[in-house]
Amino acid sequence: MDRVPILKIEGILFVSIQVDLQDDTVLQLQEDLADELSATGAHGVIIDITAVEIVDSFIGRMLTTIGSISRMFDAETVLVGMRPAVAITLTELGLSLRGVRTALNAEKGLRLLAARDG
Amino acid sequence: MDVDSSQTRMVDVLLANQEKLLARWAEILLASDAGQGTAEETRQELAEIFGALQRSMSDADESAQGELRAMLAELSRSRARRGATPTQTAISVFALKDAVYELVASAAELVPEFLVFSRMVDDLGLFTFQTYAAAREQVIADQAEAMLELSTPVVRLWDGIIAVPLIGTLDSARTQLVMEKMLDALVTEGAEHAVIDITGVPTVDTEVAQHLLKTVMAARLLGAECTISGIRPQIAHTIVSLGIEFGDIATKATLADALGHALKQSGLKVGPA
Amino acid sequence: MDELPIVSGDDVVRVRQQVRQAAAAARLSLVDQTKLVTAASELARNALIHGGGGAAKVEAATSATGRRGIRVTFSDTGPGISDIDLALTDGWTTGDGLGLGLSGARRLVDEFELTSKPGEGTCVVVAKWSR
Repeated sequence: MDRVPILKIEGILFVSIQVDLQDDTVLQLQEDLADELSATGAHGVIIDITAVEIVDSFIGRMLTTIGSISRMFDAETVLVGMRPAVAITLTELGLSLRGVRTALNAEKGLRLLAARDG
Repeated sequence: MDVDSSQTRMVDVLLANQEKLLARWAEILLASDAGQGTAEETRQELAEIFGALQRSMSDADESAQGELRAMLAELSRSRARRGATPTQTAISVFALKDAVYELVASAAELVPEFLVFSRMVDDLGLFTFQTYAAAREQVIADQAEAMLELSTPVVRLWDGIIAVPLIGTLDSARTQLVMEKMLDALVTEGAEHAVIDITGVPTVDTEVAQHLLKTVMAARLLGAECTISGIRPQIAHTIVSLGIEFGDIATKATLADALGHALKQSGLKVGPA
Repeated sequence: MDELPIVSGDDVVRVRQQVRQAAAAARLSLVDQTKLVTAASELARNALIHGGGGAAKVEAATSATGRRGIRVTFSDTGPGISDIDLALTDGWTTGDGLGLGLSGARRLVDEFELTSKPGEGTCVVVAKWSR
């Protein structure tokens, strides 16, 4: 099973999702993020989905769950790089992904996290 | 439609009297105003159709049927181009029945076959009408699409601020196009603010409001915020009385107000030089 | 067209890839491809989780008005759905995308047909046409 790598830089956890995720990879990512947040005391999580072509309700739920878990550790999650086609589809599905901030790219995501703590 | 054994006598009648029938058919047409083009053109057209008709009646082969329909479809199109109404074109086809009836009127034994023949010609006439309608539908659809594209511009107002002035009704087809264009522009421009101007939208009801909400939701998923501008007094009144809630979406009266709002949100200030 | 079994999470991914390929071959726009594949993902997952496993069939098709497109059939031999109307209730306005995801999938496609009987499994046929 593939594990999605988590990068730690300056108190922020970076996750870049590159592949069509299997269900267990998704669940493993949730666990790994919780572990890292607890271990590092990171205050922000950036999930880059620039390469993700499909977000269905399962993946959507995973993303909101990650948002909730992060908040338990007083960290904010920002989802970056969503593709227009994915946004349109999620809107049609009625998934607003509450509990997760969004930004156009990682750079703007970092600015968002900085503003929160500023 | 099978080749009835009861059609064979009809086929013989048609074959034996081909010249006479064609001449009479053309005559009827040119006498009424259902005929179009020159007498020669008309006779040529009818001769081709007559031939295809005979072949499809005597041939169990599907291709003869197909050939006949294709010819009638072409007749319908060329007549329409020349300005004929679909009724005129259908009547042109029906006129064949009159020509044939004149021939067989006195032959009682041909009556049952004539009935079958008559019904077949009716179907063919109606087919030309159908073809006309389908062609018009396609023209309308193409024009609607072209208009949709034209009336959905996306403009860059400032660094990081784009505007989508909507002109005309906001239905689901338009909403799809707006979302696609706006989101693509947000990504290309790296913009975090979009102003959706509805000055050109005649009415805002619950459906239109839902389309607007959808559009804002999609922009937010990308990380951009929207401001809706162009709220006219009547629109405000309608929205309130319909109980539509725009929640936390900022709404402004004018595009200028919305631009000011977006600039402020971006942390910019406009002052004297 | 072949039938794809849906008995594991990997199969759901495989169904997505198959539908994506077919949709691209049928020249569906990018947004339409995304919508169809997402709907397929929802329905495949349903067949797996609520239907106890099933199968999917992807085929090129033509609409009643002559447009090219894709038809996907999902079937399972699970417990079936007793209240179809309830399962298809439009959840958009409540902003809640949870539950069976059937109403959501329906909004993403051009044609949606569901047949189900308690104890006899469920069959969902969806289609999306090019513009």
